[in-house]
Amino acid sequence: MIRLKDVQMEYENGTRAIRGISLTIEDGEFVFLVGPSGSGKSTIIKLLTGEVEPSGGRIMINGYSVSNISERQIPLMRRTLGIIFQDFRLIEKKTVYENLEFVMRAVGASNKEIRNRIPYVLQLVGLEKKVDSYPTELSGGEQQRVAIARALVNNPDTIIADEPTGNLDPERSLELMSLLVKINQLGTTVVVVTHEKALVDRFGKRVITIESGHVINDSIGGYVGGHIHGKA
Amino acid sequence: MARHNFGYFAREGLRNMFSHGFMTFATIGITVACLLIMGTFTLVAVNADANLRDLEAENEILAYVDEHYTEGQAKALQAELEKIPNVASATYISKEQAMEDFVANYPDEALFHNLDPEILRDRYSIHVEDLEQQGATLRAIDAVKGIDDITAYEEVADGFIAIRNVATVVCVALIVVLFVVSVFITSNTVKLTTFDRREEIAIMRMVGATNGFIRWPFVYEGFLLGLLSAGIAFGLQWLLYTAVAQGVDTNDTLQLIRVLQFEQLWKPVAITFAGAGMLIGVGGSLSAIRQFLRV
Repeated sequence: MIRLKDVQMEYENGTRAIRGISLTIEDGEFVFLVGPSGSGKSTIIKLLTGEVEPSGGRIMINGYSVSNISERQIPLMRRTLGIIFQDFRLIEKKTVYENLEFVMRAVGASNKEIRNRIPYVLQLVGLEKKVDSYPTELSGGEQQRVAIARALVNNPDTIIADEPTGNLDPERSLELMSLLVKINQLGTTVVVVTHEKALVDRFGKRVITIESGHVINDSIGGYVGGHIHGKA
Repeated sequence: MARHNFGYFAREGLRNMFSHGFMTFATIGITVACLLIMGTFTLVAVNADANLRDLEAENEILAYVDEHYTEGQAKALQAELEKIPNVASATYISKEQAMEDFVANYPDEALFHNLDPEILRDRYSIHVEDLEQQGATLRAIDAVKGIDDITAYEEVADGFIAIRNVATVVCVALIVVLFVVSVFITSNTVKLTTFDRREEIAIMRMVGATNGFIRWPFVYEGFLLGLLSAGIAFGLQWLLYTAVAQGVDTNDTLQLIRVLQFEQLWKPVAITFAGAGMLIGVGGSLSAIRQFLRV
């Protein structure tokens, strides 16, 4: 579960990115986080992953209090998350298998667990035949699916996808979003940061709209031109 | 560290070495150069020390026995002299023996051949263990009843001590400075490699890798680089030393210098190079990666 209570974030240069946001995302939910550029979406992701500390308020994520987390606990907290980036951020010198292997090694998985889990996850994202390929040998859509596999491989409680379709064509975007929905149906909480109206509209999931560091709408529905037309 | 990760870290460390070929080459080159310079200075110091010890051994004190003493009384002084602290040996030389030695030094001087040994005195040739204590030893010898006079080259002894002390200080200072420089240069070279891999490290951090997990492959890499550099430096040092030793041996003007054989020195050199290489490699890697491990 993710819970933000009156969270404030002011950067050292004086920019107030988040101005008192409170929201709760329950286990197993699928949520779109939308908003224009500079609205504070990326800052929320940084707060959730422990990259930055909030200036005020409280953040709880999967049982960890991120607002006053110790350095030692940050890796443990991050292991409950699977993060997908717009630019995939795969290690080019490692094969698909090795990109997933090091993530499992990082959490202390045994050789047997690694041998069993990676083929399963690659099958889930439809890349079982690309196991020995290097990222540069894959298309953008395939690279993003490797990124999803990497996010999934340690069976996280929550997947956070930051503009995951930003570098993909519409077909691949739809395919990827369908994959995230499928993962959500298996019980994983999914938070997708995006500004792609068509995708948000199509899936009819919960949409949280951020603008100027505030939540201006939180409802089930679609995202049209910066305004939400909600059903709830 | 999980035991099953041991092989993984070693494999990653080895692979990193090959996948960053130029940096690996640069790091090895710099480490080898530093080890060679340090090694050369150390070997020069070791040889200088050995030569100074030889000279020390040749530094002789002559203690003359009272001319009224009989040969028996003079010989009886030996036990007393040997009891004095810092006396390594006290050898009795009769006046007849002293005369023979003197004449032998001048085989062409007929004038010396019929000299009466009675013009000389019985004496002891004394060697000390520690030249620095020679002053106190001389006073103790002088206090022995029956010793009439002493000849010692204190200024020569002081010269030996000064040369050895200066050589030791200079070598230690050079070794310390070069070691620090080596760690610094290796650290910067590895830092460039690490900078090249900051994205990889950022990804590792983002997926929940601990600092230890991120650090280990770099530590292995540094360890392997250090060990490889030590091996290369050892081989080059051997070649260089042998060539210089041969040069000194065959040079007529350098006959006074005794160069130790590399066979006598290779074990400490190998151990020191391996230790220093690994320390430089691992130390450089750890120092380089530190700035990238912030959460």
